[in-house]
Amino acid sequence: MANTPTIAAGPGVAASAKPKRAPLVTMATLNCVGKNLAKNLIPPVVVLIAFLVIWEMLCSRPGAGLPPPSRVVTEAWDIIAHPFYDNGGTDKGLFWHIAASIQRVALGFALATVAGILTGTLIGQSEWAMRGLDPIFQVLRTIPPLAWLPLSLAAFRDGQPSAIFVIFITSIWPIIINTAVGIRNIPQDYRNVAAVLRLNPLEFFAKIMLPSAAPYIFTGLRIGVGLSWLAIVAAEMLIGGVGIGFFIWDAWNSSHISEIIVALVYVGVIGFILDRFVAFVGTLVTRGTATA
Amino acid sequence: MSYLSIENVGISFTRAGRTNEVLRDVSVKIDKGEFVSLIGHSGCGKSTVLNIVAGLLKASTGGVLLEGKEVNSPGPDRAVVFQNHSLLPWLTVRENVALAVDKVFKGKKSKAERNAWIDHNLSLVNMTHAADRRPSEISGGMKQRVGIARALAMEPKVLLLDEPFGALDALTRAHLQDSLMDIHARLKNAVIMITHDVDEAVLLSDRIVMMTNGPSATVGEILRVDLERPRRRLDLVEDATYTHARAEVLEFLYARHAKPAIAA
Repeated sequence: MANTPTIAAGPGVAASAKPKRAPLVTMATLNCVGKNLAKNLIPPVVVLIAFLVIWEMLCSRPGAGLPPPSRVVTEAWDIIAHPFYDNGGTDKGLFWHIAASIQRVALGFALATVAGILTGTLIGQSEWAMRGLDPIFQVLRTIPPLAWLPLSLAAFRDGQPSAIFVIFITSIWPIIINTAVGIRNIPQDYRNVAAVLRLNPLEFFAKIMLPSAAPYIFTGLRIGVGLSWLAIVAAEMLIGGVGIGFFIWDAWNSSHISEIIVALVYVGVIGFILDRFVAFVGTLVTRGTATA
Repeated sequence: MSYLSIENVGISFTRAGRTNEVLRDVSVKIDKGEFVSLIGHSGCGKSTVLNIVAGLLKASTGGVLLEGKEVNSPGPDRAVVFQNHSLLPWLTVRENVALAVDKVFKGKKSKAERNAWIDHNLSLVNMTHAADRRPSEISGGMKQRVGIARALAMEPKVLLLDEPFGALDALTRAHLQDSLMDIHARLKNAVIMITHDVDEAVLLSDRIVMMTNGPSATVGEILRVDLERPRRRLDLVEDATYTHARAEVLEFLYARHAKPAIAA
C-alpha cells in the first residue's frame, strides 16, 4: 500500500519529498483540508453566481415578468433586513411566519411520528393487520395533501387544526410503510434472543423492535418531514393566518413579487435544514445499528 | 430420572402439501454437569434438536423434560449461545449482558448485585476491558465470548451452544475451547453443544451423540469419552483414548454414514 503512491508519482517526486518530511506533513494536511473545502465550496458558489448573472440578464430587459435579483434585494430589503418586526395581525416579519409554519409542521409531524410508528409496528408484526390495512393505505397515500383540506375544515371547523391534520396525513404514510418494512426485517436472531429472555411485548417493542427498525423508521421520517414541508405552504395559502404560505399568497395578492422570491429562498433553506436535522437525529439514534 | 431428557423427539415440516420428516425418534438423556456434543453432517437436524430443547421450535412428536417438567417454550433456564453471536448491535458489550441479567434477575437481586453479576460474567470470559465497546468494534472471537457471558449470566440449567466457534479461525477457536472447558469445570452446567468439528467434540465432551443423515435423522450412536479432566489439548495429541474416540467418530461420519455425494 505504502509503495503505490511512490510508484505512481515516479522516482523524482519521491526523492524530492524525502529530505524535509516533517514540515511537509503538516503543510500537506493543512493543504489537504483547504483543498477539500475548496473542492466542496467552489463549484456551488460558481454555479450560484452564474445562475444569478443569467437571471439578472434575462429579467433586466423591459417587459420581463419577474424582477432581476438586484431589484429583488432593493424592493424586498425591508423584509430581508427586519425578519423580527411585529405589527400585530398578519403583519409580521418573515421569522414569525416561518416560526408559525414550523410549529404546525412540528405538531403534525410529531403526531404522525407516534401514530405512524405504532401503526407500522402493527402492520409489520401482524400478518392479518397487514392484509387488512395495506390495501386501504395504498389507496389513501396517493391522495394529494390538499385534497384532505376541505374535509378536515369540515371536521374541525377551524384553520389551525385543519392545517395540522393535513401535515399529519401527508407525512404519516412513508413513516407507516418504512416502519413496517423495518419491523418485518428484524433478524430472527434478535427474536430468538427476546424469546429466550422471555421479554414481554412491551419490552420487546422498546428494546428490540424500535432500535432494530430505527434505520428504516428514520428513512420514513426523513421522507415524511420533506412531504410535510411541501404541504404546509399550500395548506397555509388556503387557511390564512400567520404562516409562510399565507405570506406568499398575501404577497402575490399585493403584487410583491420580490417578497415572494425572498420567501421562497427561506422555504427552501428551512426545508433543507429540516431534512438534515432529521437525518442528523437519525445518525445519532441509529449509531451502531446500521453496522451490525 | 435424568436431569434433561429428550424423549422420542420427532419433527416434520409441511410445505406446499408435502410433509418432510426432519427428525425421528431422537432420545438423549443428559445428567447434571454433563457436557454432551451433537455431531453430524450439515443438514442432519442438529440445530433442530437444539432449537427444540431451547423451546424455539415445537416437536411434532415426543418432548423434552428438564428436571421432570416438560419444556415447550423458550426460557432463560436453557440459555442459547447462537452460532452468529446474535448480540444486539446498538448495545455495548456490557449492555448486552445487562439486558439478560436485568430481565432474569429483576426482583431477585438488587441493582448493585446485578451490576456485580454482570461484571463477574464479563470477567469470566475476559471481556472486562471491552465492556463499553459495541459489537461492531470487537473481533468475532470476542463477540462469541460476550454471547457466552450473556448465556452464562442467566444461570441456565442447561447451556445450549449452537456451533459456537464455527465462524472463528482455528487459533481463536482453540483458545475459546480452553476457556469454555475452564468455565464448565467451575460452573458445572449441563451443556449441549452442536459442532461439526471432530476434535472439538472429543476434546470437550463427556459424551458425543452422533446423528445419522436426514431426512428422518436420528441418533446413530452415542460415544462416551473417558478422559480425565482437566484436559489439556497438548497432552491429548498422543493419548490412546483420545485417538481412539476420534477415530470412532471419524469412522461413523465418513465410513458408515458418509454424506451422499449429491447432497454434499
